Amino acid sequence: MARNGKEKAPSSGAASPAHLRRHEWVAVLGAAARSRRGAIGALLALSVVAVAVIGPFVAPHSSTEFVTSAFTGPSGRSLLGSDGLGRDVLSRVLFGGWLLLLMAAVATALGAIIGTALGITAAYFRGTFDGLIMRAVDIFLAFPQIVFALLLLSVAGPKLWLVVIAVGISHVPQVARVIRSASLDICEKDYVKAVELLRIKPRKIIVGDILPNLVTPLMVEVGLRFTWSIVIIAGLSFIGFGLQPPAPNWGLMLNENRIGLVSNPWAVVVPAVLVAVLTVGTNTFTDAIARVSIGVERPVGDEVFLGVATLETEK
Amino acid sequence: MTDGAARLVVDGLRIIVAGSSVDVVDEVTLTVDAGEVLGLVGESGSGKTTVSLALLGYTRRGLVVDAGSVRFEDSDVLTMSADELRQLRGRTIAYVPQDPASALNPALKVGFQLREALTMHGGGDSNRLEVSERMAQVLAEVGLEASKEIRGAYPHQLSGGQQQRIALAMAFACRPRLIVLDEPTTGLDAATQRHVLDTVRGLCRSYGVAAVHVTHDLAVVAEIADRVTVMYAGRLIETGPTKAVFETPAHPYTAGLLRAIPSPERREVLVGMEGQPPRPGHRPRGCSFEPRCDFAVAQCAAARPPVVEIEGPARTARCFRAEEVVRRSLGVGAPVSDVMVSQDGAAADAVLVVAGLVGRYGEKEILHGVDLAVPRGSCVAVVGESGSGKTTLARCLVGLHGNWSGTVAFDSQSVRPLARNRSLKVLQAVQYVFQSPYTALNPRKTIGQLVEQPLAHFYKLAARERTARVVAALEAAALNEDFLGRYPDQLSGGERQRVAIARALVVEPELLVCDEVTSALDVSVQAAIVELLRRLQNERGLSLLFITHNLALVRSIAQEVVVLHEGSVVERGPTDTVLSHPVDEYTIRLLEDVPKLTSLTDSCHVSAVTPV
Repeated sequence: MARNGKEKAPSSGAASPAHLRRHEWVAVLGAAARSRRGAIGALLALSVVAVAVIGPFVAPHSSTEFVTSAFTGPSGRSLLGSDGLGRDVLSRVLFGGWLLLLMAAVATALGAIIGTALGITAAYFRGTFDGLIMRAVDIFLAFPQIVFALLLLSVAGPKLWLVVIAVGISHVPQVARVIRSASLDICEKDYVKAVELLRIKPRKIIVGDILPNLVTPLMVEVGLRFTWSIVIIAGLSFIGFGLQPPAPNWGLMLNENRIGLVSNPWAVVVPAVLVAVLTVGTNTFTDAIARVSIGVERPVGDEVFLGVATLETEK
Repeated sequence: MTDGAARLVVDGLRIIVAGSSVDVVDEVTLTVDAGEVLGLVGESGSGKTTVSLALLGYTRRGLVVDAGSVRFEDSDVLTMSADELRQLRGRTIAYVPQDPASALNPALKVGFQLREALTMHGGGDSNRLEVSERMAQVLAEVGLEASKEIRGAYPHQLSGGQQQRIALAMAFACRPRLIVLDEPTTGLDAATQRHVLDTVRGLCRSYGVAAVHVTHDLAVVAEIADRVTVMYAGRLIETGPTKAVFETPAHPYTAGLLRAIPSPERREVLVGMEGQPPRPGHRPRGCSFEPRCDFAVAQCAAARPPVVEIEGPARTARCFRAEEVVRRSLGVGAPVSDVMVSQDGAAADAVLVVAGLVGRYGEKEILHGVDLAVPRGSCVAVVGESGSGKTTLARCLVGLHGNWSGTVAFDSQSVRPLARNRSLKVLQAVQYVFQSPYTALNPRKTIGQLVEQPLAHFYKLAARERTARVVAALEAAALNEDFLGRYPDQLSGGERQRVAIARALVVEPELLVCDEVTSALDVSVQAAIVELLRRLQNERGLSLLFITHNLALVRSIAQEVVVLHEGSVVERGPTDTVLSHPVDEYTIRLLEDVPKLTSLTDSCHVSAVTPV
């Protein structure tokens, strides 16, 4: 952000590591990953991500190839059996994840960027602008996110990019509210007042002086929103918005294969479990970020991480 | 009342960071008798709060007691079960926290909280009427009326002083036999502080309560403590009767602290101590104070000095050269007559003129027509208690607070209320230094970036020239280029305030508005910052508006003083005149209420008449 590449290396002998401040998000991620909760979360989430990313390269069949008859159980030819059209479930599972993840990531980024921008500006300027934005947010918050996304899609039709935008926009009110409350405190800090006294432009103050102080709450919020994105996008696919058949997709597979649940349960269970493990994993990891950043949880074997602060700010 | 035996005996207490061998405090040995007030003095980070909490059998998260004992009337507090501790705390050992606002429950009326304290620990099945009587009694003891207004008030409806007295009343409510006071008067203004101190002392005397008064303020200790023990870097470095320690300190650190304290009575050079105490885990092999000590010899760096007795067992110090330090009277050797505050040039034109400034918050008028002038190159102090409007005044002048009328003229040009409507020229020429260096520096920026920001904003300079000016400003504030890449949280409070000053200096201002810039700092650091400001004023011809609640500081820095009371100027004039011959009643009272080291000698030698 406000880093201008020409800083000197931190002088040696300083008590707390300077890189911890420079790339705070890296430090927080690292610390979260080293805590027990975070390690479990990361393990769960990353294993699903691995399935989604490596899957297409190792799938035994194409996702649309007819391999056996409909809804046969697992066999040597198709390890997880087949779906209603006789396509290999394993291959469809392996192919069906990456797009879901990508869509979730883009939607999250979209929601986080717009939401953060609105949240900080509202907190910084207060007054009428704040009131307008926040009342609008209140109205949108009254709808459940998936209903809100459905509303947008039913108006504009089920297109992939529209799903991404709809889900992204449905995140905006939540992010805006959280970031606004986090920034309210920062905006009142003396160091912000000090910059205002120089008559520096508000945009510069927001980006250069306030935003860097929001890294941790923003990370937690992004993690949470990512989890939601997966749930909503998978849910939308389930009810027929999003990827259209015959393309493979975990949410869609649930819907396609639930009629054959008795003959080949794997065709439903496997994608469902993958989505569940992924969301539990990202959510657990996000939780670890939040806990590490407030010092409730520490990296394993690390006695004082951010806890140093509590020791040294005795005053 | 007094049973002769020591109430509290702490022996060889050692507290470490859990899971490591890093000690936070070590070798802490002290005793407190019934009816006695022990002053535990130390600067921030010395471990005094850690020790005071250990007296109640408590250690903060991440710390554990490694060795030693805290014996209270023959039972070891540190080995007690949670149930026993609960019995002990409140009823026999009471604690008064530093910040009453955060110690009282904001959602409950103070009367309810007081009643709770009385019924929980008060012993027996006290009926309502009895409790009400007791409540009236304890409130009277702390000088509060047991009126409906007080009992029915929520903490935020009371002033800081009243809150602290409620906390005191709760602590004394159950007639504890030991009371631990953790900086109970920090943040209170002089008059309230005086009242609280008198209350504590009176209660301790009349009920034979042993008290440990933890503070960083030596003047407060001089007022209240019978004996004093000084902590530095986790160890007790000097213990003895208050009078003896203050008259002839035996440890160079104690002497240094004494030299750093400003006095409202005479103009003197404040001598700060450079450097900062070593942090836990970074303490040297020899004496912890050796790196900052002017008195150190080779031996000091090599080995840890033992505890030596001075003129009998009542006085001890942890210094190889203690006897010599006592003989040389280092603590009182402060040069008195060396007038460093220049008195000339006051006839020059005024850099800042304020006329009829009326400041408001909403409808409420805070400042009622303040007139003020800062002559070029001189320092004007604005003195007032909390609530006097002095900070509002500063914020109006620099343009942080826009709701005011009247005229503020800088260089004979009147300025607009808010900074965003002022010209860059004015914004550059008038710089503001915030009260707390802990909140005034963006924690996500390096020192280099922080100091560079205003420079880059006001001047178009090449990167190299910019860095050179940043380094020059840091050097002017007694820092160096090693700090460029560091972050604020790697710096001590004093260093942070120097950075804030460097950030103001880098754009070469004409007027520096300093709002209570030392109130968040330790005395030794405060002295160094005041010296820095004075030097800048002399060397650069900088004009200063120095806002403070500390009258004692004023002599050391200002040529002129303006006393602010409830939003109006009640007295103004040359510093010496105002402080030596105050005319206004309020100024007189303010001067009397300032805790002074000399009041100790008064009460000891002449055996009376401290003004109340």
